[in-house]
Amino acid sequence: MNPNSKSRYIKSTLLLSFSVIVMLGCSKQKTEITQAGITFCSESSPASFNPQLDTSSTTADASSHQVYDRLLEFNTENGQIEPGLASSWLVSNDSLTYTFQLRKDVAFHDTEYFTPTRFFNADDVVFSIDRWRVNSHPYHDVSGGNYPYFQSLDLKNTIKNVTRINGYRVEISLFKPDSSFLANLATDFSVILSAEYAMQLIESGSPSDLDKKPIGTGPFKFISYRKDQFIRYQRHQDYFLDTTGPENLVFDITPKSSLRVAKLITGECDAVAFPSQNDLEIIRERDDLTLLEKPGLNVGFWAFNTSKPPFDDPKVRRALALAIDKTSLLEAVYLGQATRAKSLVPSASWAHQSNMQEIGYNPITARKLLDEAGIPNDFTMNIWAMPVQRAYNPNAMKMAQLMSSYLADVGVTVNIVSYDWARFRQNLTAGMHDSVLIGWSADNGDPDNFYRPLLTCAAIPSGTNRAMWCNPEYDALIESALNTENSNERRLFYHRANQIIFNEAPLIPIAHAFQYQAVNNQIEGMLINPFGGIRFDDVVRKQ
Amino acid sequence: MINLLMRYVNLLVLTVSVLVIFSFSLAYLFPGDTLTNISGIVPETDAQRAALEEAFKLNSSIFAQFWHYLENLVSGNWGVSFTSQVGLFEQISIAFPASMELTIYALLVSIVVGIPLGFIGGIWHHKPFDFGVVSFSIVSYSFPVFWLALIFITIFSLQLGLLPLSGRVNLLYDVPHSSGFILWDIWQSDIPNKYDAFIDAIRHLILPTASIALVTTAIFIRFTRRAIMDEMEKGYIDAAKSRGFTTKQIFFKHGLRNALVPILPLMAMQVSTLITNAMVVETIFSWPGIGNWLIQAIYQRDYPAIRIGMLVVSVFVVTLTITIEFISRAIDPARDKFERATI
Repeated sequence: MNPNSKSRYIKSTLLLSFSVIVMLGCSKQKTEITQAGITFCSESSPASFNPQLDTSSTTADASSHQVYDRLLEFNTENGQIEPGLASSWLVSNDSLTYTFQLRKDVAFHDTEYFTPTRFFNADDVVFSIDRWRVNSHPYHDVSGGNYPYFQSLDLKNTIKNVTRINGYRVEISLFKPDSSFLANLATDFSVILSAEYAMQLIESGSPSDLDKKPIGTGPFKFISYRKDQFIRYQRHQDYFLDTTGPENLVFDITPKSSLRVAKLITGECDAVAFPSQNDLEIIRERDDLTLLEKPGLNVGFWAFNTSKPPFDDPKVRRALALAIDKTSLLEAVYLGQATRAKSLVPSASWAHQSNMQEIGYNPITARKLLDEAGIPNDFTMNIWAMPVQRAYNPNAMKMAQLMSSYLADVGVTVNIVSYDWARFRQNLTAGMHDSVLIGWSADNGDPDNFYRPLLTCAAIPSGTNRAMWCNPEYDALIESALNTENSNERRLFYHRANQIIFNEAPLIPIAHAFQYQAVNNQIEGMLINPFGGIRFDDVVRKQ
Repeated sequence: MINLLMRYVNLLVLTVSVLVIFSFSLAYLFPGDTLTNISGIVPETDAQRAALEEAFKLNSSIFAQFWHYLENLVSGNWGVSFTSQVGLFEQISIAFPASMELTIYALLVSIVVGIPLGFIGGIWHHKPFDFGVVSFSIVSYSFPVFWLALIFITIFSLQLGLLPLSGRVNLLYDVPHSSGFILWDIWQSDIPNKYDAFIDAIRHLILPTASIALVTTAIFIRFTRRAIMDEMEKGYIDAAKSRGFTTKQIFFKHGLRNALVPILPLMAMQVSTLITNAMVVETIFSWPGIGNWLIQAIYQRDYPAIRIGMLVVSVFVVTLTITIEFISRAIDPARDKFERATI
């Protein structure tokens, strides 16, 4: 090798490495595919792709507004009920019969695993409602046979019949008037499934695929899912509405909230769910990111398993509540991004009671009550801390740790328990907990959506009543409130219910938190949907 | 030779049996229902429980159960994950190649960078360039791998915004899974924008590979440098010099080869360190490999997954180590089995 060729060799090596660097650097700009798609960093893996089966917002986010449509929709701006798959509807004078006129020419998804031969029609509506309503329905027991939302509202015993009048007209008759019936049909959970797909699955012997490989009419069709990794969707080309949504949609499942924000900063995510309170300032300071915020219709609470001694004793529950200083929880866990909760409903709701009494912080009384209830000084209990972040509780683990130090002061030892989200809720419904830190986000603005699912007797088997608490007096009040049209009178019923909750302390409300979502500025059309799951049908990337 | 082979096969069989027995006993040692720990299925009805117990022979003697467990292991019937109900064999066959890919690239980088540097340092030892190489290797050898990964993320991803910090490829590229090696999968797939996807995958590879490779590179530098230095001081080199060979001739014809023979097995032994480091770094870069998968399983108390995952990783590392040891002994029978590298 002569010196000349050596220097040429060095030069060419340098040139090559330089060009590689330039090439890699340039590719940071969006390519065709990344330009046409949107990546959303979600917080957890969905339990299934059918929100009828699960009230978790992870499931609703992953399916409700992506894969499915409902008969009716909420307007995300003002909460009005709007036409969905039903183009119009009629309510009889006695409020017992609802007739829905269905949209024509609505196509179901055509995917690798299913090719529809017909458009959406009345059969699909009857199938979707009867699946959870009729115990003898061939699909009722598929995937567990648990329909928590409908069970917690006892809708099974509200609806008398669902009849197909003709191909595009369905009549639903009720046993008793229900002022929130239409709103329930517009929630995330009242999705319309494909009856044709379901029948095909029964023939092929894999009915549970209906909830794992979903087919709907929604703006995106399901492509693939890998647990703890990703969910892929593709735009539904024949969607019945004109939407501007992206060609491809990916949910990048990222359980760590700090990692989600980091990915948002590097551009690996276009939007993230539940940014943690610690990261809000970082997002606000950056010019290329936007933080969306809204006072949330939610409540975070500490529920006792009242079916288990000694937590069946109101005195014990009150004592444990007295041992906790809520103020410090609000500061340390929510970092001031939440308001203190005294009852179930936040101040954004008309049913909020501002003069509500509250169990304060008093460790001495707490110990005294524990002694009276015969709780020894070395008593051990467990607190279940939910493994995911939610607006109503951004860090249940930290909260549980703080609470365990408070409870240690009154001589109670705490074991903190956590599982992955799906199993966590499964074990909660089975009542394996002593107490749990969890919460609730409303699916519609009605206060009944807080009071009924959280504490009525019917909500115990459906697994939304985490306190496993059943009080006939409370149930009667909630029932009377629903049958009352006048909102002032209704409010009084709810105030009386609040008093019962205060006296019995089946759960201790902790906070009503703001709801946050962070997005890259290139993304337009993202909204916080106050009535449930995230929507991407009108989200676009600026060119 | 046969003797040697028998000895190593014995060692392998014994170690693997101990591991299999341990993993089998984990099904009993983990908290909860043994049936669920071994099958991954929570029986909902008594009939289902009876059927599962029959299928896993839980009512037979412990030896029959163990034999059945072995059969299942060999036939790839590894049970399902507790949390996702997806087959463990399928999950591991996706996660394991991802870790191997990272390990192999890191090994390549370490060889390509480490050996030439050590080589130059060895020839010009105690010269300024050598001091530079030695300091570099000392410093990078001392970095904890996970810390380095975090520093890389802070600088290159968050501050400079040059490189992505998680995953193998932008998820918008739907790369079909075939071999599990992302670059190969992209190369032989027929997705649109293949070229973009390939570049994107390389960009995702840079930081994790660099964080693992740095430590191994440092080790390789020091092995090579020391071996070259020792070799060049030997008598036969002086003899060759006195016969009038040029330094270049001596070095490339004799010195290099003789120096490399003893250190190659030492380098191969570093592969198990590399795999361990890869598993640590995976969790930081959300690389969907076996380490990340195991950590998730531990978080979620997915006992069947923990049991099988540990078995697969440990059997792999043990087999690899024993094979390398055997090959190096077979090639160079004069080697003392207690010989260790000098760094």
